Amino acid sequence: MILLSDLHKTFGTNAVLRGVDLHVPRGESMVVIGGSGTGKSVLIKCILGLITPDSGTIAVDGQDVTRADRDAFLARFGMLFQGGALFDSLPVWQNVAFRLLRGSLKRPKPEAREVAIEKLRRVGLSPDVADRLPAELSGGMQKRVGLARAIAAEPEIIFFDEPTTGLDPIMAGVINDLIREIVTEMGATAITITHDMASVRAIADDVAMLHAGKVRWSGPVGQMDDSGDPYLHQFITGSAEGPIEAIR
Amino acid sequence: MRRPLGAIGATVLGLLAAIGRLALFVGETVSHLVRPPFYPREFGHALVQIGYFSLPVVGLTALFTGGALALQIYAGGSRFDAQAVVPQIVAIGMVRELGPVLVGLMIAARVTSSIAAEIATMKVTEQIDALVTLSTHPMKYLTLPRVLAATLVMPVLVGIGDIIGIFGGYLVGTERLGFNSAAYLKNTADFLTRLDIISSLVKGAVFGFIAALMGCYYGMQSDRGAMGVGRATKSSVVAAAVLILAANFLLTEAFFSA
Repeated sequence: MILLSDLHKTFGTNAVLRGVDLHVPRGESMVVIGGSGTGKSVLIKCILGLITPDSGTIAVDGQDVTRADRDAFLARFGMLFQGGALFDSLPVWQNVAFRLLRGSLKRPKPEAREVAIEKLRRVGLSPDVADRLPAELSGGMQKRVGLARAIAAEPEIIFFDEPTTGLDPIMAGVINDLIREIVTEMGATAITITHDMASVRAIADDVAMLHAGKVRWSGPVGQMDDSGDPYLHQFITGSAEGPIEAIR
Repeated sequence: MRRPLGAIGATVLGLLAAIGRLALFVGETVSHLVRPPFYPREFGHALVQIGYFSLPVVGLTALFTGGALALQIYAGGSRFDAQAVVPQIVAIGMVRELGPVLVGLMIAARVTSSIAAEIATMKVTEQIDALVTLSTHPMKYLTLPRVLAATLVMPVLVGIGDIIGIFGGYLVGTERLGFNSAAYLKNTADFLTRLDIISSLVKGAVFGFIAALMGCYYGMQSDRGAMGVGRATKSSVVAAAVLILAANFLLTEAFFSA
């Protein structure tokens, strides 16, 4: 479904991606892990076209994304941003229904509002949240609204960028469970970026570890603990001792 | 010898690159005028924010400037026994120069800064990236409505500013300097030409374009972090003010050089 081949991206003198190869099959939930600054966010931004890679190819369903019709391509995606990235000036329901209020997926306003309220309900938020502004919500509620927005247009592919960052462990667990349920029930292909090993175990079918600009290890989540890879082992156990330098 | 030359070269190259980036930004903004989809709600919102909510600051600025201008012309004119020209000079001064320039600078302070800070914050908090992932072009959704609204609403603001400025001069002239009310108004109306008014409104449109464009440009170019937002806001206001004053000179030259 998503195939990255020999992807490179350099910012100034900092080579962030140095030949990333990754395959995410249709309907699979892939979690990308790795230390801070290893290019995890850059990777998904390259797929979405928010950042242009220096070289390499990105194909979705066999089609090179640089040659795809941009609107049709993006209409297949949903994305939950690390900080929510909700539009401050719009009430919650208009954030969720943003895509349904304009562009090729436009629907009548009452219908779009209905969909927004249903999606809010799906992520555990009551309809009275719909008319509030994002600034009036807690961090956890904002994450849920971001999740509702990501799934509002029933995308085939969903990206989650650090979905549990900044949340308490209980709320992080709630978000992890929601992501797993939603991905399963929608049959969507998902890529999640996280440092949080609880998220990895809750969300992943497959795991890929980025290190030094390349995929260091990838495989099913069940094999992660017995991989025998010292880098992955150090990351999983969170040990300061090991091949990954603690100071980067 | 090579080091100073290198520094000059780097500065010139940097300046040319900046001009190129700005030219591309202008070109892209204008190109979206004819490429759907359009966002009329965003345009309407920008009209209200830039036009309606700027009325108090424009009105007060024009009123006090018109009054002060009348006092200055009276005091200066009395040296040549030419106090009677107060209505004419207030009218021409407000309509040709002070109205458009002061309204332009007030809009640069109020609107350019607010646009730059808003868009830069959106960039820092990944809202611009979110727009793209939601199949919405940021230039179409954020830049075009603001630039178009400012370009269209500024002539109206300048027209209102001109009228209030002349009224400020009228108040001072009739209440403080002893001018006859009917004569003051007649002299004002007789002296102004159509070209004066057209030049004022054209300047307003150009200044509105510059003010909103600079806000959007520096907002979109902003670096990450609070410092990036602050720098974008400051640079946008400085650039807008300087460009407005430069454009004013060029337009005055174009309209009134004999």
